[in-house]
Order: sequence, then C-alpha cells, then structure tokens
Amino acid sequence: MTMLNELTITDAYQKLSSGEISAVELTQSCLDAMAAARDLNAFVTETPEIALERAGASDTRRASGNTVGPLDGIPIALKDLYCTEGVLTMAGSHILDGFVPPYESTVSANLRDAGAVMLGKTNMDEFAMGSATVTSYHGSTKNPWKLDDGKDRVPGGSSGGSATAVAGHLGLAATGTDTGGSIRQPASFSGIVGMKPTYGRCSRWGLVAYASSLDQAGPMTKSVEDAAIMLQSMAGHDPKDTTSAPIELPDFQAALTGDVRGLKVGIPKEYVIDGMPGEIDTLWKRGAEMFRDAGAEIVDISLPHTTYALPTYYIISPAEASSNLARYDGVRYGLRVNGDSLDDMYAKTRAEGFGTEVRRRIMIGTYVLSAGYYDAYYVKAQKVRSRIAEDFTKAFNDVDVVLTPTAPSPAFAIGEKMDDPIAMYLNDVFTVPASLAGLPGISVPAGLSAEGLPLGLQVIGRPFDEETMFRASHVLERQAAFSAKPTGMGG
Amino acid sequence: MPSLPEWGAEPMTYLIQGETGDWEVVVGLEVHAQVSSKAKLFSGASADFGGKPNTHVSLVDAAMPGMLPVINEYCVEQAVKTGLGIEAEINLHSVFERKNYFYADLPQGYQISQFQHPVVGEGTVTLDMEDGSQRYIGIERLHMEQDAGKSMHDQDPKRSFIDLNRAGVCLMEIVSKPDIRSPEEAGEFVRKLRSILRYLGTCDGNMEEGSMRADVNVSVRKVGSDELKTRTETKNVNSIRFIMQVIEIEAERQVEVWESGGEVVQETRLFDVARNETRAMRSKEFAHDYRYFPDPDLLPLKLSEDYVAALKASLPELPDQKKERFIAEFGLSAYDAHVLVQERETAAYFEVAASGRDGKQAANWVTTNLFGALNKLGLSITESPVSAANLGKLLDLQADDTISGRIAKDVFEIMLDTGDDPEKIVEEKGLKQITDTGAIEAAVDEAIASNPEQAQQVRDGNGKAIGWFVGQIMKATGGKANPGAVNQMLRDKLSSD
Repeated sequence: MTMLNELTITDAYQKLSSGEISAVELTQSCLDAMAAARDLNAFVTETPEIALERAGASDTRRASGNTVGPLDGIPIALKDLYCTEGVLTMAGSHILDGFVPPYESTVSANLRDAGAVMLGKTNMDEFAMGSATVTSYHGSTKNPWKLDDGKDRVPGGSSGGSATAVAGHLGLAATGTDTGGSIRQPASFSGIVGMKPTYGRCSRWGLVAYASSLDQAGPMTKSVEDAAIMLQSMAGHDPKDTTSAPIELPDFQAALTGDVRGLKVGIPKEYVIDGMPGEIDTLWKRGAEMFRDAGAEIVDISLPHTTYALPTYYIISPAEASSNLARYDGVRYGLRVNGDSLDDMYAKTRAEGFGTEVRRRIMIGTYVLSAGYYDAYYVKAQKVRSRIAEDFTKAFNDVDVVLTPTAPSPAFAIGEKMDDPIAMYLNDVFTVPASLAGLPGISVPAGLSAEGLPLGLQVIGRPFDEETMFRASHVLERQAAFSAKPTGMGG
Repeated sequence: MPSLPEWGAEPMTYLIQGETGDWEVVVGLEVHAQVSSKAKLFSGASADFGGKPNTHVSLVDAAMPGMLPVINEYCVEQAVKTGLGIEAEINLHSVFERKNYFYADLPQGYQISQFQHPVVGEGTVTLDMEDGSQRYIGIERLHMEQDAGKSMHDQDPKRSFIDLNRAGVCLMEIVSKPDIRSPEEAGEFVRKLRSILRYLGTCDGNMEEGSMRADVNVSVRKVGSDELKTRTETKNVNSIRFIMQVIEIEAERQVEVWESGGEVVQETRLFDVARNETRAMRSKEFAHDYRYFPDPDLLPLKLSEDYVAALKASLPELPDQKKERFIAEFGLSAYDAHVLVQERETAAYFEVAASGRDGKQAANWVTTNLFGALNKLGLSITESPVSAANLGKLLDLQADDTISGRIAKDVFEIMLDTGDDPEKIVEEKGLKQITDTGAIEAAVDEAIASNPEQAQQVRDGNGKAIGWFVGQIMKATGGKANPGAVNQMLRDKLSSD
C-alpha cells in the first residue's frame, strides 16, 4: 500500500475530498518521513507545529465545505530562499544568522492562502549559488538516489533540499527557485518534475535575491499535473514586483489535454556538447521519438548563440549578485562581526558570513562591473543575451516547444567538482539559455542512466506560454512512464 | 598673492587679478532638490522632514532581504514638470541604475539613481542680473535618485547611530553646464531655480532643512582663453551665501596654485564654514568605483508623448512668463517685474494690489514701502499685516484724492500696526484731504499775510519759495490739504500782476 507521503497532489486531493484521509494524517505522515530521513539534510528548519496547525485548519475548512482549492491541506516544503513570516530564513548563508523575517514572500503567501501546509524550509546552495547543494552553510544535502558504490550523491542545486524532499517523499511537493537551472537541474538529478516559469510569471517579492533579472520561483513536484496545480497558485501579477507581468493567468491544468498531434517540437543542434555521456544523447533522441509516436512533428532547429550562454550567464548573474548582496553588511540584521572601524566590521562580517562560492561570485561580479571592464564584460554580455533571446524568438516561428536534455550528466558524488568551479558551472549548460531568454522550462524524468540514476529531459516554451509547455511535457511524462524509485531511502 | 576679485569693465565680468594677468572663473552647479512628495521614491514610507529617528522607514528602505523598489509615479511627475519648467528636453525612455558603494546609512549598499539615461535632458535657465542684463545658463540634465540616511557620530563615544528617515527620499539632481562666470551668477542661478521649483510646487526649496543643496564645480582660466582647466567639486553646500563664498575662495586658491607653478588637482572638497576655507576630502572618502549598472529590479521608465503634453498643459505660469505679462499688463520696468515675480506669493500679492490700478505705483508700494516694512518686522509676504486687498484700497484712496501721498504713508504705518482697512482708518482719524476751496483759501491767505517777505520772493519769480509756502500750508492743515490745489491757489494769488 502507498504511504500517504508518497501520494501526488492530485491523488491526495481525491483522498482528502472523499474523506478517506485527513490533512492532519497526510501532514503527519510527511513529518514522520522527514524525521526518519534527517540524514539526507533536506530540511534546514522543520515547522511541525505550523504544519499541523494549518493541516487542522484545512480539515476544518473541508468539514464545513469551504475548501479553497486543490492545494488545500497539501503538505509542501519551501526552499529557504523564500522569506517566511516568523520562521528563520537563511538562504543557506551564515550571514543571515538568526534572520526571522517579519513578512511572507508573495509566492509562499499565495500558497498559504491556497491552503498548502508548510512542512519546513529546505536546504539550498548559499544564496542559490551552486548546482549541487554543497555550498550551504548547513552542509550538503544527499540525493535519495544511491548506487551500491556507497557514495552519497548530490541532489543537484541550488534547490537540492526541495528536490530531495520531493524525491524522498518528505513532502508532496516543494517550491524551488531557478536562476540558471536551479529547479530543472536538481529535478533531473532527483527523478522529479521541476518547472521554471516565464520570467515575470511569479512575483520575486520576498525571495532573497541572487540575480534579479533571472530569478524565478517555480514548483518541484512528482508529476507534471502537480506542477501545473502548484504554479496556478504561485503565479500572478504582484504590484510589489515591477518585473512581474500584469497579465491574466490561464488555467494550467486545463492545458493538459494529452494531445500533441501536430505540435512542432524543436531539436536544437547546438545542444550537443563535448564530453557529454552518450546516454544523455540517446535519451534525448528517445524523447524525440516519444513525441513523434504521440503525433508531434520533430523539427531540427538552430540556436546559434547557445555556446555563449554559459559565459554570458556567469557575467550577468555575478554582476547582479555582487550588488544584491551588498545589503548584507552586518548593520541591520543577520550576522555582525565587530571591528575597529566601519570598514573593518564590513570586512570581518562578510568574510565570516559568506562562503567560498559566494565570495567568488561577488568578486567576479564586482570585477565585471568595474570601470574599464564594464563595457568589455557586462555590456557585451547583455548584447549576447539579446542575441540568445532572438535565437529562441526565431526558432519559435517554426516550432511550438524545444526539447533538450536538462543536464549533461546524472547526479555526481558529493565532493566531486568541488575544486573545479568551471566543471560545476557546466551543469547549467542546457538550462541557462532559457533562463537568459526568460522562457519557461520544465524538466521531466525520462529515464535512467546506465548506472541507474535518473535523467531528465527539458521542454522549453514560448514566453508566457506555459500551457503548451505543460501540454507537451505532460505527454512526454506519459510516454516515458518513468516509474523507478529512489534506492537510498533505507526502507 | 592674487588681489581681491573686482568687477571688471565689462558688465558682469568677475575677474581675479593675478600676478600673471586676469583670470576668470568657470562654474557649474549640481543642485540636489528634494521632490515635494508625501512618500519616498521607491517605497510608501513618509518623506516628511523631522520625525523621530527611524520612524519613516519601510522594509524596502531598510533593504530587508527580498524587498523590491516600486517607482512612485508622483515623483516622476514632479521631475518631468521640473524639466518642462527649465525648458528642457524630456526623455521618454530613461533608466534607473545602481550606484554601488558601502556606507552604514546606505542600507542597500547602492543608491538607485539615473546615470546614462536621465529623465530630463538639456534645458535653460534665464537669469535677470541686477544691471538689467540677462544670462542664459545651460542645463545639462536632471535625474532622479534616492537620498541616503543619516549617520550620527556624536551620540555615543564609541558607536555611531543611523537614522534612515531620509533613506530613499526622492531627490532631483539638476546639473548646470559650466556656464556660470561669477559668484553672483551662481547665486542668481540658484535663486531662479528655486523660484521655478516653488512655482511648480515640485520642491519647497527650503535650504535650511536640506531640501536643496549644491555641489559646486569650480575651475579658473586666463581671460580670453576658452580652455577648461582642472576643476574641483565642493560637496553639499547648503546656502546661497555659502555657494558664492565657495566660488570666491576656490577661484582665488586655484589662481594662486597655478601662478605659483603648481597644478590644481581634480578632487572633491568640503567647505569649512567656521574657517571659511575649502579643503580636500581624504581620498578614501570619495575614491569609489561606483560600478553603475541598470537596476534589474526596475523596468526602464517609459513616458508617452501624451503624458508629457498633459503635464506641459497643466504647468502654472512660471516666473519668466509672469514677468513678461507684468511688463505688458502693468507697464512695469523689467527690474521691478523681476523682483516681483521671484516669489510666487509676492507676485500673487502684487497682482491683487495692482489689479485695475496704476501698476507702477503698486509696484513701488510693494517693492519699497511693503518690502522695507516686512524686512524690518522680519516677516514674509504671506505674514504681512497689510493684506493685498487693503494695500489696493490705500492706492485707491490716494488715486481719487481722498488722501495725499504723505497721509497715505501715515495710513500705511497704521495698517502695519493694526492690519485695519485703510478706509476705516482714514474715516476714524479724520485724515480725508481738504478739498473745500474755502478752507484751503483761508489757509493760503493766512500764510501769505503772515509771510510778506516770502510772498514777495514768489512774486519776484523765485520758484523755490512756492514750495516753502506749500509746506507751511500743509503743516497748518495737518497734511490734509490737497497739495495740488494749494499749489494752484498760491500761484493764482501770488502771480506778478
């Protein structure tokens, strides 16, 4: 029999609606699973009291016929990048030591208002800077997928805690944030669905900022349909975020027609990179076949500036980060290490508060914005970014969605690539172009590596056309029929 | 040592006489004007002056994690109006950028400002100089930016305190071209700019409260040269008098540096009021690489032509237009008109007092009698005990010969004391001019009879003596006799035949 915590949102909703289970029971089963899986280090803060209280409130609403929607009573995890009122929020960083926001991020408030039950806050790379959830002040998170080599694997990152929470059935769903792939890549590594909406679809208000022009909130779920349900509640225009789009939300779940006949799926030739394992390429081809089998048309396309996407990303995102992280100065909140002068206090606080990777990106960002380098790096990167977006615009004249691998490898062992930032950055090579172009992208588990680790495929859609992206990925999910289970949950 | 600056032969030429010849000063001003707005530029917190420390601070102003700026459209409107008021080009596309630097009273670690694409481009401010000439000072640009908070270092021996009430308040930085050639022009420029801002209502221009302050850029060059030599920038000068002083001091200092074989260094300086000198800030205090880049939290500011046109149509009459109208409508001299329009309140006062009357006379009363009296009392025009309507009535009483000019001055003094209606004063005190010819004739006859010697002088053609008689008769009648009638009667009675 399926444990309650292993249910999808849609299944749980049915059982809740029929009265077969209560939200409190469902929540308790997740809390029990969390307690049993603490060694995975998925959560940095557990909030069982809040969870049970909200679950109880949900049951009361349901009993009186006032259920607020498909998320009412559904226990979820929140990435620790979301500011949560009255609950410690550290974004994986020592510099936010003890920071308890007096406000709730718009997206998590939307979820709360939709009846979702917060289980706790999940681990992440410090300030979302990383692709493996190994740069967190709270230590690494383990991927529940294990091989018999005895090594722990990374869940991907930066939303690795959320990925592990969903893959390990510690919550029914989770929120992540994606700047260059931080939802999609860990989803691929963990055998779950991870979706980054169009830039501007979700409010960034109350998300600890990494790179403002790229950051987007998105769902991490066990199914495409669950992702559509989550996004429905997370998204929407927010007057508090000027970059959030003032447009109506479509009905995402209604877009899941199961029918892709005549849909044009683009296969970009530039997404073949040196040293990529053959099995990734094989899986990608199989994905294209799945679409063809379902009646879609496969179209070869070119996105010529793809090769510049990663360097462009690693100029723009650190530039914005170097400025966004200037507010962590020890003056008003978080960590303060006293010094002999104001400058000394800044230096000591920031040296102690920020980890190596964050310091590296602040240095890179400061450098590319400096007088004499700004035009050569930042301005040029912005121009290339426009070219990359134009590539997609042109491609979308011919196709409806683009299919690519999500990541160039399966999950690697914790400790690998730690001393080679460039190798680490390559994890994002397939996710970064859509981020730079502001496009929606979703990773769907599509198969296993030869060793037995999950691999995802990415479907990229037109801006604000998540509906087509969902419709396509929903069919891909059905065709792939991924049913493997993580092997490392210790029974 | 250069000698003290002197006015040259050319009008408005300010020269510093050095040992190697005459130097002129080249000045550009960056005026920071606080936008009159209830809320801050990017948050809903109050932008009011005063208030207990850290009581006008929102989560955005304190730069809490995840907080985002949202543009205050009212502030944009004020900046555009100001741009239109200085006859400047309005840029329909402008961009907010981040100016990055660390300071304890700058919570974000950057100031949101406009750099490469300001909302307002080139414009002009016209100055009316005291000698009647006009000078046109070019405006380079106007941009919007956030103010910083305030650091207080004198509250505790070991610690500094931060007040974020001002953090995020909207400032307009108005940058002039280096067109200013004397301290007087600089003073006049700031006065004119302040006048325009106040007419528009976009800034209260209150320099004591810090609503307006200026960075003063000064360089010097030999007369006849059009070279721009190295300039210094003296920061945060907060009164017109100090701005003028800084220019004098810097010009002299720089001439001395050049003439003694030295080199003026491009640097930021501070004005030390107590020592009446400028001095270089420590390089640490300003050596920033600000790393400007477009703020990714804010979309570019886009304005439509219709929006700008609507604001243009809504502009009030500005000082220059009002001045032209006063000249045309009231026949004022350019100088009087200029003086009257400087403050909107003064212009409004004048218009009420002058409406339907002799404009020149009204201008005289306002600029000499009223200004003099208010100056003595330390009152502003809005606090004047003599209302504009009552001053108008006083002018009417004089115009229709109810009272003489001399009596009018007495009545005016009483009005200053009591604020009373002049008609009431004249009635109660019995100050009406004697127009009864019989009464005047009696007084004239009496005077002639008592002063036969002077009467003879008049008959002999001594014009001055007539004036003496008028004075005697006015004295005898307590000033109430109509001087014109007295004069005429004297002439009739003392004519040679």
